[in-house]
Amino acid sequence: MEPIQVVFLIGAALVLIPAVMVVTRSNLIHAALFLIVALFGVAMIFVLLEAFYWAVIQVVVYIGAIAIMIIMAIMVTRDVTGETHKSFNKNVVWAGLLGLLSVGTLLWALNEWPTFSAEVQLSPVDSQLVIEELGVMFFSGQGYLIPSIVASVLLLAALIAAIKIAFPIKQEEEE
Amino acid sequence: MGFDPVQISAEWLRNLFLGWGASEGLTEVLLKFIGAFLVATVVMLVFVLLTWVERKGAARFQDRIGPNRVGPFGLVQPIADALKMLTKEDTRPAGADTVSYVLAPIIAVFSVLMAWAVIPFTEKWIGADLSVGVLYIAAVGSFGIVSVMMAGWSSNNKYSLIGAFRGVAQLISYEVPLFLSLLVPVFLARSMGINSIVYAQGEGGVWFILMAPLAALIYFVSSMAEVGRAPFDLLEAESEIVAGYHIEYSGIKFGLFQAAEFLHSFTFAALMAILFFGGWRGPWADQYMLLGLVYFLIKTSIFYLVIIWSRLTFPRVRIDHLMNLNWKFMVPVSLILLMGMPLIDYATRLQDNWVRVVAQLGFNLVLGVVAFSLAAREDRRQNKRERIVFEGRPVAVMPKAPAPEEETAA
Repeated sequence: MEPIQVVFLIGAALVLIPAVMVVTRSNLIHAALFLIVALFGVAMIFVLLEAFYWAVIQVVVYIGAIAIMIIMAIMVTRDVTGETHKSFNKNVVWAGLLGLLSVGTLLWALNEWPTFSAEVQLSPVDSQLVIEELGVMFFSGQGYLIPSIVASVLLLAALIAAIKIAFPIKQEEEE
Repeated sequence: MGFDPVQISAEWLRNLFLGWGASEGLTEVLLKFIGAFLVATVVMLVFVLLTWVERKGAARFQDRIGPNRVGPFGLVQPIADALKMLTKEDTRPAGADTVSYVLAPIIAVFSVLMAWAVIPFTEKWIGADLSVGVLYIAAVGSFGIVSVMMAGWSSNNKYSLIGAFRGVAQLISYEVPLFLSLLVPVFLARSMGINSIVYAQGEGGVWFILMAPLAALIYFVSSMAEVGRAPFDLLEAESEIVAGYHIEYSGIKFGLFQAAEFLHSFTFAALMAILFFGGWRGPWADQYMLLGLVYFLIKTSIFYLVIIWSRLTFPRVRIDHLMNLNWKFMVPVSLILLMGMPLIDYATRLQDNWVRVVAQLGFNLVLGVVAFSLAAREDRRQNKRERIVFEGRPVAVMPKAPAPEEETAA
């Protein structure tokens, strides 16, 4: 077995095992910490695919921002000491069936896809050029100009809303 | 090119492993592991030296002599310190969450050591010359926040949890100006690769401090806040929350947190040297590569000393001042800087190189003067208002004294 295959197996295990733990842990903070491990595993897979940009973005956005926000949200809303909750309720059967159904559909769809099992010849890519191309695509009319503008307007609206909520209400206190 | 001991030893090791019958792929992996191990070890050894620098520096600033008993100038003192730290009792609070409690200091050190993978010591001595190096450094820094959160939560202590909340609030807030000012050298070099940024400050270019002094200043201040050292050490403010998120840690685990803090400062000093002061660049560094290492270390040490200096000079800032400085001063200024500098660059695209440098420098200085005078005016107004209105500060509520009847009954 090639060393890179070993690394891939470690990466895959780092995604799958913590992913199972996320949904089965009864302590919410433990679940969030396992989520971080799973996201880190995804970043590792990206590195193996030589997609360094996506690996780094994965860590910045998902671990640096979203996972931290999830932990903060849990700590603010629930008992901070991480009280345990039952992770299964009576819907577990239906949820399991739905999960199996979607996994099956995905597997079937991927198998139908002609290039899924074909051997891919990886050609070395200049990752600098790929990022440049991506940047140009985001801001060109032929590319994703409108989606990126819509996304930024959405984020701006969310920011303004957050400031509005956080602002102290002065007039009501005076009245 | 000059003498390169790393290259020679790597070649020797490669031949050795191949001679032992290892496959090509395995040899590559082994060499990479050895390289990573070496970088991590060297950086951890630097920490041992940094504790000595810190103690000696602090002593000199406070008109003392500092460690002077063990070895010349007390140079062997850090080894004694390290042994003391290793042999201390390793306590664990009752009700602590064992796995997170043990993992937190490890992740703290991990997040710092990871950054050294992309830092060029010399032209060739770089772990991995990633095309997204700057972004990578931002990414591994976010593990530090995770470790603060884990340590604060798993210790099962109210003070450590408060410290962790404060810490995360501060670290997340100061990441914004930190990354915004990191983008300025990226824009000036037209690349996110750390080594490309150093190259861009070489032939035909100048050190980026000459083009963006204001960005360098914002970067430096926010990196100090990001490390959480004085004057920004609110997350471990001894007088308020005992020691913050690592209050329950002792022995080697506390040592790891300390290592993370010291090395974090050292890393940011190194980044300051690389991003704004040309990294390993200097006279004759192109001919003799090892000279580049000397330049890099000298520049890094200077910035590390500046960090110690400001740590020992300024008192701790108040939390509202901290947030005001960040959101009302540094974030807007760095945003304007990030918008303005490309415009200036575009406007002067046909000019000579020195004209462009002077234009950027002028823009930085004007923006700096305007921003600082506005901030000073606002500060004066705030002070005046605070003197008149003496209320609205949160104060601790004293618990009600027990009624006298109960006392007699007891």
